[in-house]
Amino acid sequence: MTRIFVPRDSSALALGADAIAAAIVSEASRRGMPVELVRNGSRGLLYLEPLVEVETPAGRVGYANVEETDVASLFDAGFVEGKAHARHVGIVDDIPYLKKQQRLTFARIGITDPLSIDDYLAYGGLEGLKKALVADGMAACEALIESGLRGRGGAAFPAGIKWRTVLGAAADQKYIVCNADEGDSGTFSDRLVMESDPFMLIEGMIIAGIITGATVGHVYVRSEYPHAIATLEAAIVKARAAGWLGDDVLGSAKRFELFVAKGAGSYVCGEETAMLESLEGKRGVVRAKPPLPALSGLHGKPTVINNVITLATVPIIFARGAAFYKDFGMGRSRGTLPFQIAGNVKQGGLVELAFGVTLRELLFDYGGGTASGRPARAVQVGGPLGTYLPESQWDIPMDYEAYAAVGAVVGHGGLVVHDDTSNLAELAQYAMHFCAIESCGKCTPCRIGSIRGVEVIERIRKGDTKQVELLRDLCDTMVSGSLCAMGGMTPFPVLSALDHFPEDFGLDTASKAAAA
Amino acid sequence: MDNSTAIAPEQLVGRHARPGMSLLAILHAIQDDVGYLPESVVAPLAKATNLSRAEVHGVITYYHHFRTHPAAPVTIELCRAEACRSMGTEALAKHIEARTGCRFDSGHEDAIGLESVYCLGQCALSPSMMINGVLHARVTSQKFDTLLAAAVARMEEPA
Repeated sequence: MTRIFVPRDSSALALGADAIAAAIVSEASRRGMPVELVRNGSRGLLYLEPLVEVETPAGRVGYANVEETDVASLFDAGFVEGKAHARHVGIVDDIPYLKKQQRLTFARIGITDPLSIDDYLAYGGLEGLKKALVADGMAACEALIESGLRGRGGAAFPAGIKWRTVLGAAADQKYIVCNADEGDSGTFSDRLVMESDPFMLIEGMIIAGIITGATVGHVYVRSEYPHAIATLEAAIVKARAAGWLGDDVLGSAKRFELFVAKGAGSYVCGEETAMLESLEGKRGVVRAKPPLPALSGLHGKPTVINNVITLATVPIIFARGAAFYKDFGMGRSRGTLPFQIAGNVKQGGLVELAFGVTLRELLFDYGGGTASGRPARAVQVGGPLGTYLPESQWDIPMDYEAYAAVGAVVGHGGLVVHDDTSNLAELAQYAMHFCAIESCGKCTPCRIGSIRGVEVIERIRKGDTKQVELLRDLCDTMVSGSLCAMGGMTPFPVLSALDHFPEDFGLDTASKAAAA
Repeated sequence: MDNSTAIAPEQLVGRHARPGMSLLAILHAIQDDVGYLPESVVAPLAKATNLSRAEVHGVITYYHHFRTHPAAPVTIELCRAEACRSMGTEALAKHIEARTGCRFDSGHEDAIGLESVYCLGQCALSPSMMINGVLHARVTSQKFDTLLAAAVARMEEPA
């Protein structure tokens, strides 16, 4: 029976995938054609969604941007045999956008049914966990350090060092917390993992627990991701039934339990200590550090807090070894990063590549330029707290240190493209506005500085350009005086807009040269 | 949406609060059940969780997701974050306000509730929005008009 794949992730659903799936089933039955419908995950080629695939002897053939009204004509054209149609895009694995990627973490994504354990095992699942179960904890932490895996949430702290600290801490209870509060605009890789390959995250968390001696894990998912929550919860039920979780993980007599906690629409809860407060049922107010969460985290116990992508990358490192993973990348940025090309871009999607690729390559070779067809002008990298990069910076290799050298951040690998109709002063003002909405209120530079920031930029935009000095002074206070990245990094987009696009603030471009 | 009046607040809390549950989880359960968090649940919640009323009130009002009033029969949550801004969400917001005669983030009195949200994770398919919890991506003014008409028609259907 021919297998037809219609994705079930929220991007496909937002473009009508359920209606397409229903139409395919009813059209097939009307024509008396037996087909098997599989609801797979997303391939990450979001510009092609909804992407319907048909299994043929030559491989999986894709039909892109399908609408419900196309279904009858797809059957007429013989799409069940992979035949030509206006929506036909050929063998999906051969599409250059996908073929040129280096998919390690996202190797299975979109190929499998996210909730099929059989699919997961058929594509290499659990190999990492099996090795972890027989590994020495300290040696495993050293191997993770050796692999070069750094926190993919944005802070880029070496994961193995964090794990080693928790392993070495004596306590009656330790925790693994997965940060799935993916609130940065322009990022969706965590969501894709949870919706399209949740078992990989579950495996990564079990490994973290086994290695560090933590027996309980929590995934803190933002409430804006109901589909991710539902898929993850369904996957956990299956994993528990299959004996991966509980008192006897895969028959090893080791214990690990896993729970999903739902956020409630607070951006700052993506900051690790605010997340701990929220997990404890309190207001998501940032804690002062030290103590480090690795020593005193959830309920005051040693806690590993890693981002979804970090934990989802752990299984392949354990399965293939540190040397394999380390072989990708450049400098001190080892391995791959799932870049997310978003905003005003023709071909948006997930592009996993080794560190070292440039923004220009991502923007044009993959992204295909802007969606509007106008010249791209600024790209914000690393979420709302990342800088706006002008074209002069698009050839810097994507590497934590190379970006830091120009005051930019790679962050979670999200790129938001803006065309030449954008107004960077407006975007800078928005950055301050967002900080004012989302500040937890604990420290003054963030809570009050953001509100003053909105006002000062408003005055500059109305022509009072002398206020620029005040804005810079305010940004300096926020950077130096805030407790966490919310207030401490909101000035990054603001100052980069001011430095690289002074004309949008009503300043002459001479100040651009002075800043450079 | 509002069946909270049908049951006493103590019963509502009793239905959802379990030992060991975090306050956040209980609040989610109550809101998922009756659509919002009525003021009357604060005292029984404080009792059930051994917290002060001020602490419970503090948590409810800290998080954007929690509502202290029922949502409008048609609630539109439009993403106003960077990726959607780069694809014209601000112009779309103006269109939506003109079309509905309502204002964004103006409270809970309107028949059509317009709310700003910051990222629905559909940043490669901007602009995106939720209408009564259902996600829509690549929304244009024309597409919005069709979606709105369908949502209003559903609202007016006899239950």
